[in-house]
Amino acid sequence: MKMFKATAAALALSVGFGAGAQAEGLSGTLKIFSDMSNPAPRAVMEGMVERFGALHPDLDIELTVIDREAYKTQIRNFLTANAPDVANWYAANRMKPYVDAGLFEDISDVWADPALADLASTKGAMTLDGKQWGVPYTYYQWGVYYRADIYNELGLSEPASFDEMKSNCQAILDSGRKCYTIGTKFLWTAGGWFDYLNMRTNGYDYHAKLTGGEIPWTDDGVKATFANWRELIDMGAFVDNHTAYSWQESLPFIVSGDAAAILKGNFAVPPLREAGLDDSKLDFYQFPAITEGVALSEDAPTDTFHIPAKAENKEAAREFLKFVVSADNQTLINNGDNLGQLPVNAKSSVDDDKFLKEGFEMLSANSPGGVAQFFDRDAPAEMAKVAMEGFQEFMVKPDNLDKILARLDRAAKRIYK
Amino acid sequence: MSSSTKATTKSSWYKRNEIAVTPWLFLAPGVIFFLFYVIFPIFQSISVSFYEWDGLSDPEWIGLGNYEELYWDDAFYVSLRNNLIWLVLYLLAIPAGLFIALFLNQTVMGIRLYKSLFFFPFVISQVVVGLVFTWFYDPTFGLLNEFIGIFGLGPINVLGDERYVTYGIIAAGIWPQTAYCMILYLTGLNAVDPEQIEAARLDGAKGWRMLWHVIVPQLKPATFIAFVVTIIGALRSFDLISIMTNGGPFGESRVLSFYMFEVALSEYGFRMGYGASIAVVLFLIMLFFIAYFLYSMYQDDKGGR
Repeated sequence: MKMFKATAAALALSVGFGAGAQAEGLSGTLKIFSDMSNPAPRAVMEGMVERFGALHPDLDIELTVIDREAYKTQIRNFLTANAPDVANWYAANRMKPYVDAGLFEDISDVWADPALADLASTKGAMTLDGKQWGVPYTYYQWGVYYRADIYNELGLSEPASFDEMKSNCQAILDSGRKCYTIGTKFLWTAGGWFDYLNMRTNGYDYHAKLTGGEIPWTDDGVKATFANWRELIDMGAFVDNHTAYSWQESLPFIVSGDAAAILKGNFAVPPLREAGLDDSKLDFYQFPAITEGVALSEDAPTDTFHIPAKAENKEAAREFLKFVVSADNQTLINNGDNLGQLPVNAKSSVDDDKFLKEGFEMLSANSPGGVAQFFDRDAPAEMAKVAMEGFQEFMVKPDNLDKILARLDRAAKRIYK
Repeated sequence: MSSSTKATTKSSWYKRNEIAVTPWLFLAPGVIFFLFYVIFPIFQSISVSFYEWDGLSDPEWIGLGNYEELYWDDAFYVSLRNNLIWLVLYLLAIPAGLFIALFLNQTVMGIRLYKSLFFFPFVISQVVVGLVFTWFYDPTFGLLNEFIGIFGLGPINVLGDERYVTYGIIAAGIWPQTAYCMILYLTGLNAVDPEQIEAARLDGAKGWRMLWHVIVPQLKPATFIAFVVTIIGALRSFDLISIMTNGGPFGESRVLSFYMFEVALSEYGFRMGYGASIAVVLFLIMLFFIAYFLYSMYQDDKGGR
């Protein structure tokens, strides 16, 4: 029986992924742990399980959905003690602790499949030590979502440079509004601003070296980034009291028109639409260039599936991963009725949605510098925590910058040793 | 030896020692669980604090390295300072509880209802208390700022400003803690000897003198318990901080227990050794109070009250 299963899987692997008909022989139990606990992602996950189950009637699939925040701490336990066959996680440095501890399966063989050549754009984010450790299933762009009606009223247009961004902001401030809403209670929102300001001031490679621990936080490049940030802070560009709000609690300011824009991932669009901002009022622009000649690069966090090293049904798990990234499935799960994000497969089609189209266009054509994950996924978790706390402090007390940078530098020396 | 003699010797040993053994048998489940789940982890924490360990890979012995890092860690001192503020200010719940108890210790229509209403904050979850106060303090829409706005003050961003945040959270914590102390004093007041009050009144005592010299001394057992639960409550202050500020802004509202959780168990943490060393420091602080409580209870027992 076991041998039959293995042969069937080997056959499936050698033939490559197609309609799934080759893998009919999958049997046993496939245990999946998922963190897709919000209503829409949950439905997507359940739908995928159902469709994969229909392809493999002999396979018994057990899906466990765990609260997204709780999952982040539970994964440590279940990877070591009670491993499922497939588990959700995040790309880049965020998966490094588990790769280093030997808890994720090396799935370079899956990536060798010609069908996965269409995933080339995210391959880098899944690669550590020259091997691949999981597959992506969705990603989304970051950028500035702004109130088009306010811009029209004040006669402003989407800024093409940082100077224009600042002059726009001054006009908005003069009209009695704030330029940007942000809620920094949970810190990471400030990480988004740092990512963009640093990538625009110093470029992608510098940013990658900084989050990788190769450049000290007291470097002049970092100081230049903070100087640019300070210009916005000194103008009063951000809403007051942002330390008291989560990102969700910061949205009412843009809905009410008290703030004109927000720097955020595409996941901010559904709640803003629900709150009454239709496509005529809400629009999107790419964060403008700051230092001339620095290639534009973007944040596009990628969510992923992995096979734990202690999984029992790895053949079925590999098939499931291939199923997830297949062009048809990617088109389906990322459309506006489901995740409302970007498909990772180049052969998939992007849903007919203003923001998704603009985001896809931006990432595929106008991001020559590279694609970063996000500050807390590119930097090691501990460094991210200390640094984002520093960003928050800087936004309230910009005068403390030297003290903050010295503290980050001390933490970096310990963390990256 | 035949089996019957063996059985007799066995049962006779138990018979002979029945009085001594039986209490231990009854105590055994409790003692075993206490040893395994309370005493053993204390020593385990102390030993983990000498290692650098992320919970996944092999622990690495670093001796006092974690404590040395604590010594240089600004965040640790902020947490320690906040812990002290909590300890001192939380004690306000005791006099507050006493005065509410005195106020409610009368017989009028519906007094039971009033007592229940005052006790209510202790019944609801700390999480709910935290949420209610978060909305109350909201710098834009909160009731507090609407109220002080009437006098032309504010707005103050209580939970987002590092100067006020700890006091704001303590105020939220005192609300249920006062209710707890109140209930302790209400039961204590039932036990106050009416004859002594009568005698004091004949001697012309009233008001503050009556309270301070006649009532309060008789409430000593209640005061002791209120003191114990309030100190423990202050040192355990975790849920309110987690709900209301998550330690922020920039870590200014952390206390030791929250900081320990952050470095050892939160999303960005998993430094088990460092977390354990914070736990050991917190344990030493608690040990100081525990020793004092045990000592004073021992004195009371010896003196037969």
